[in-house]
Amino acid sequence: MTFSLVFEQLLNGLQFGVTLFLMAAGLTLVLGIMNVVNLAHGSLYMVGAYLALAAAQWTGSYLLGAALGLFGTLVVGMGVEVVVLRTLYDRDHLDQVLATFGLILFFNELIAIVWGRASLFASPPSWLSGHIDLFTGSRYPAYRAAIILVGLVTALILWYVVTRTRLGMLIRAGASNRTMVAALGVNIRLLYTVVFGFGAALAGLAGLMAGPIYNVQPGMGELVLIQVFVVVVIGGIGSIRGALVGAIIVGIVDTLGRAFLKPLMATIISAPAAESAGPALASMLIYLLMAVVLAIRPQGLFPARG
Amino acid sequence: MNRTIRTIVAAVATAVFAFSAPVSAQQKVKIGFISTFSGPQGVMGQYMKESVELAIEHLGGKVGGLPVEMFYGDDQFKTDVGVQVAEEMLKKNQVDFVAGIIWSNVMMAVVPVVTGANKIMVGTNAGASPLAGKDCNRLYFSTSWNNDQTPEAMGKFLTDSGVNDLYVMAPNYQAGKDMVAGLKRYYKGRIVDEVYTKPGQQDYQAEISALRAKSPKAVFAFYPGGMGIQFLKQYDQAGLRGQLPLYTVYTVDEISIPAVKDAAVGIYETRYWSPDLKNAPTQKFVADYKKKYGKLPVFYGAQSYDGIMLIDSAVRAVKGNLKDVDGMVKAMEKADFKSLRGPFTFNVNHHPIQNFYLLKTEKLSNGDIEMRIQKTIFEKHKDSYFQDCKMK
Repeated sequence: MTFSLVFEQLLNGLQFGVTLFLMAAGLTLVLGIMNVVNLAHGSLYMVGAYLALAAAQWTGSYLLGAALGLFGTLVVGMGVEVVVLRTLYDRDHLDQVLATFGLILFFNELIAIVWGRASLFASPPSWLSGHIDLFTGSRYPAYRAAIILVGLVTALILWYVVTRTRLGMLIRAGASNRTMVAALGVNIRLLYTVVFGFGAALAGLAGLMAGPIYNVQPGMGELVLIQVFVVVVIGGIGSIRGALVGAIIVGIVDTLGRAFLKPLMATIISAPAAESAGPALASMLIYLLMAVVLAIRPQGLFPARG
Repeated sequence: MNRTIRTIVAAVATAVFAFSAPVSAQQKVKIGFISTFSGPQGVMGQYMKESVELAIEHLGGKVGGLPVEMFYGDDQFKTDVGVQVAEEMLKKNQVDFVAGIIWSNVMMAVVPVVTGANKIMVGTNAGASPLAGKDCNRLYFSTSWNNDQTPEAMGKFLTDSGVNDLYVMAPNYQAGKDMVAGLKRYYKGRIVDEVYTKPGQQDYQAEISALRAKSPKAVFAFYPGGMGIQFLKQYDQAGLRGQLPLYTVYTVDEISIPAVKDAAVGIYETRYWSPDLKNAPTQKFVADYKKKYGKLPVFYGAQSYDGIMLIDSAVRAVKGNLKDVDGMVKAMEKADFKSLRGPFTFNVNHHPIQNFYLLKTEKLSNGDIEMRIQKTIFEKHKDSYFQDCKMK
């Protein structure tokens, strides 16, 4: 277990973490501000991946494709808010779960009708398909390094928007007390649509960046959604800062668990026992973490102030 | 008044049903085909259905000389739904045969339902070991393989070609463990490490970093479906493809190649069939499939095509007397049809005794990426469970 391997695994964890963060940021805002449990957040991730891929093929440019994909997901997200979610704000969480689960089925089948059920080919742009040399001597895929960069920059922009702009102030106020915000004459309806649209665009960003590494197929969003909910619970509902910290913790814990738990356990218990217990425990690790956080700080690590 | 009309209508309906039912049962053969048609795995079911339809087209729209009616059922990748679909086919649609099924767990649950109704089940993918061994059934036939056979062939190839330093990766569930067990039955070299990942895992970068740190001479992996697409892409992006030979089973196929393209080139697989197999039925199947659907067929489809051909041979042998189940079983045991894999025989457990080949993914001169048979690894390979089967 050399330093360079540990460092590389930390980078892997960070990369996974920032992808989770992009998803979690939107989800936590929607949950915190609108009080809506949106299971269809994974579908927006999928929509982002498909739209960006289609746009990139159409325009022949990766960046243009990404921009169009982001814009498309924003529009789709706003559309979903206006058509479906608006009717759900006053219903209880069970109705919201039911309706947004229906949205998952709807989007999966729609994508299957338009693009087919088979996985599509997505590759990183040629200028990101190489490697970068780490100071430790090992090599790291450039595309993954770019994901880390984009994720951290997006986090910075979000922090600025939420803490330093009027829109961010409204968002924070909405999370704390939406009745009061509405009473002060803010168009809370419009605010909701905008917030949901931005949340969708962030999910779309995560999806379009994930396309070249993972698998562009119907139902791709549901695979990450569960981990994103774990992040939101750990970080605290409605809190962007919580989403960032939670996502990076989950990303690093999951990655390091998968990489080092088995060899570590093998030094304590017998190798065959570690062989079967290691992978099983590694895949449970983030859920154990969530259970611990729920037991000690049920409101999450960084709950939204309110 | 209303009541009288209702009685009359009911009586007429009953009469029509009573007279027409046995006649239509004589007139056509009904086949229920269960697969996964929805969700991320639905693409496999789609390839299977397309191949079934092509088989029926090749038979002139008839099976065993009788008009055929197909009932397609979606098991949604769930055991209970599979059983429900099978029961509906047997009771409501009165099918004569049930065929298909991708997943071993679904197959294990559906086989007793079908055989319990004294109907023949033709499995066209799942190769659960108990069904080849102690739970074998006279009414259950497989036109695919037993799960272990494919990794056994890979194990033999690795041993024969002197690979003795192997890193093993598979998802942490029953099939993953079975594949590794099959590999180890014939692979005699050193295993550097055995890594089991979470089923459905998306990101393998952590495992790939760990793999590189151990610097093995070769890698064996089993990642079916979407997992394979992710693994192949990431193995390539980490710069390992071409550096570290990758040997896989059920990971690279005609479904995953279009999604990963160059990331599949140079990777080895073992299989009982490939679209480039040199025999007349396969050449016709592949040419017609390409013409009809505009893509290459995959082995899931080939064995489903064979399933329909097997049923055709049985119905033909009993001259369309679908009540003669014993006669049809005896006919099926002869495997008297033009299989895409070439002539083969059934073992006592109704599983094929067949060849296994080494395949390599190659980039052709026209830029297409296809799998090519390199050599035969096993000839007439029997599965490792038939001794446990009580059938003679």
